[in-house]
Amino acid sequence: MHYIREQVGLTGTHWGCDTSNCGACVVLMDGEPVKSCTVLAAMADGHDVRTVESLEVDGQLDPIQQGFHERHALQCGFCTPGMLMTTRALLDANPDPTDLEIRTAISGAICRCTGYQNIVGAVRWAAEHEAAARREA
Amino acid sequence: MQTPAPFGYERATSVDGAIASLQRLGPEARIIAGGHSLLPMMKLRLANPEHLIDINDLVELSYIREQDGEIRIGALTRHVALLKSELLARHFPVFADAETVIADPVVRNRGTIGGSLCQADAAEDLSAVCTAVKAKVVIRGAAGERVVGMEDFHVGPYQTAVGAGDVLTEVRLPLRPGSGSAHEKVERRAGDWAIAAASAAVWIAAGRITDVGIGLSAVGLTTIHLTRAEDLLRGQAPSEDLFAEAGAIAAADCSPGADGRGPIDYKRHLVGVLTHRALRRAAARAASQEA
Repeated sequence: MHYIREQVGLTGTHWGCDTSNCGACVVLMDGEPVKSCTVLAAMADGHDVRTVESLEVDGQLDPIQQGFHERHALQCGFCTPGMLMTTRALLDANPDPTDLEIRTAISGAICRCTGYQNIVGAVRWAAEHEAAARREA
Repeated sequence: MQTPAPFGYERATSVDGAIASLQRLGPEARIIAGGHSLLPMMKLRLANPEHLIDINDLVELSYIREQDGEIRIGALTRHVALLKSELLARHFPVFADAETVIADPVVRNRGTIGGSLCQADAAEDLSAVCTAVKAKVVIRGAAGERVVGMEDFHVGPYQTAVGAGDVLTEVRLPLRPGSGSAHEKVERRAGDWAIAAASAAVWIAAGRITDVGIGLSAVGLTTIHLTRAEDLLRGQAPSEDLFAEAGAIAAADCSPGADGRGPIDYKRHLVGVLTHRALRRAAARAASQEA
């Protein structure tokens, strides 16, 4: 996480508890969400690491980002990068999660504004819009 | 910023290579697998290894398979794989019980069974699970391989039979008919360490408990193996009264400390209730398997 922020200069990945509790620093390593504070940069060498900066492509928000926007799923925004990456991975593995599955997926991510209700709503929004997009395609 | 003390790092390319590195670098070298216990402890300066030997490339240590009347689990098997394993769910559902309440899904993508057992935190769940199912672990060192039962595995707080130059490579679960197992845990909030947890496994034949294993988490300096309660249960017919009596022994035989998670009398009471519930559920599962 410090390598991502300070050497690579991608400060979207947030630095929270630094001891794998809060989930603000979640990135995808080979497609799996991991807490980057607890993976040494040397351990990630040779692996594919995706940070929150990868979600938006050519000015187009990822559906999960759009969902957070539509459902007002961020207040202070500190937990948001980790929440986005954690729930992006959830939808990649399970495109139609139940509310309980969403809550379980983010159980290792802490929102100190306690805005969980809207985060669950945002993930549902993204799931439904991705399903609609697939039907149109 | 939480920064660990300076340390060296290398990646192992084989188990023997990791053992050779441990021998060469001496007792201040540590194996790192998932790192989700060790790295936070290093940042908090509770652990200060001088060298880390990363075994995450040793994919040959990641498997769950049935072989020679045992289920064999490679040391690098991640929590998420234990949670999703159909083989384990069929023979030892206690693993899925525990894995749904160990940390959180993101941590479970990294943490490993070998790391959990070697860390040997008294509050860690898998040590109690492995104690209950009477697991054996394979430890490899410069002098070769040895197999150690869980009853001889914990030698002190955070100390195990895995020596300075050793690597734990495999966990073996002997398969015997008529088994049932369950894990019961109470935590303050999702993903927290246990206030207390109880793991139980029973083997039932012809209406009698032929063997039983019970392990407790978070209520002593090490994982607690409840031998006195096991002696009570062995040979008996399963019943609510019997399990309540075993729970009372569990409450007496644990040694919890008072902390932010609760006072001693509360934890003893909780251990009694959780042991009773784990035995009840394990016996019900054994019965449904028998039928």
